[in-house]
Amino acid sequence: MEVGQMRRQWLDYTRSLFLEGFLDAQFMQLQQLQDDNNPDFVVEVVSLFFEDSERLLKDLTFALDQNAVDFKKVDAHVHQLKGSSSSIGAQRVKNACIPFRNFCEEQNTDACLRCLQQVKQEYCLVKNKLETLFRLEQQIVAAGGSIPMVELTQLSF
Amino acid sequence: MANNKISALIVDDDSIIRKIHKTMLERLFNIEAETVKDGKEAVELCRSGANFDIIFMDREMPIMDGAEATKQLRAMGVKSTIVGITTRAGGEDREEFLAAGSNHCFEKPLDRAKVEVVLREHKKFTI
Repeated sequence: MEVGQMRRQWLDYTRSLFLEGFLDAQFMQLQQLQDDNNPDFVVEVVSLFFEDSERLLKDLTFALDQNAVDFKKVDAHVHQLKGSSSSIGAQRVKNACIPFRNFCEEQNTDACLRCLQQVKQEYCLVKNKLETLFRLEQQIVAAGGSIPMVELTQLSF
Repeated sequence: MANNKISALIVDDDSIIRKIHKTMLERLFNIEAETVKDGKEAVELCRSGANFDIIFMDREMPIMDGAEATKQLRAMGVKSTIVGITTRAGGEDREEFLAAGSNHCFEKPLDRAKVEVVLREHKKFTI
């Protein structure tokens, strides 16, 4: 595949991620911070997000598995996950955290467990999507091309 | 001139947020930012004589939260612009932050437009 085709594929894939709500404008802001001095900024930040999230999801699973659930602790973890997902533009993960916090306040273990499932699902989905996106980017760069700079308006929705 | 560079302090317990906000301030606005991970560290840093033009203060932090840290900084006579940052859209956090003495309160995450609002209102700053 030649570079032009790869770039179009990247653009189409990025567009789909926005249309399907996986990513929001915050992700674009991250891309705008990437430059020659900081060429791997987005990958670095997203990798931090993956590490953090995996730890938080593990902690959440453990916390909700206890006989006496510490809802303050659960809420603190969800709060962190909501913050970091919103900061990288992982919109669906962030949205899944919102009802989760409400159920923590209500101290409803069953509902919290359902929310945890939902959050895990959304996290896995966005992780796969982002990894695919980064692979596409690597291919473009390896073929000597550059990653398109995208404006939100170009994604036309 | 070196003196006209704006100095900032980012106070947030989340390492991802610290990294993103620091890079954004440096890359988009040429603002040098230091970072600490809790309100208590921010207070101690200022108490030890450090001076910042702008302090970006997260609301929820484990040891000392943003509103309390803001209160303490104002009580110490710190005149920096303090920007409260909260994850909750509701008015309470905003009320609390403003009552504690912050100049602004925004919902997370910080972005270019919000930083521009802060800079525009501060007489020293020029964009």
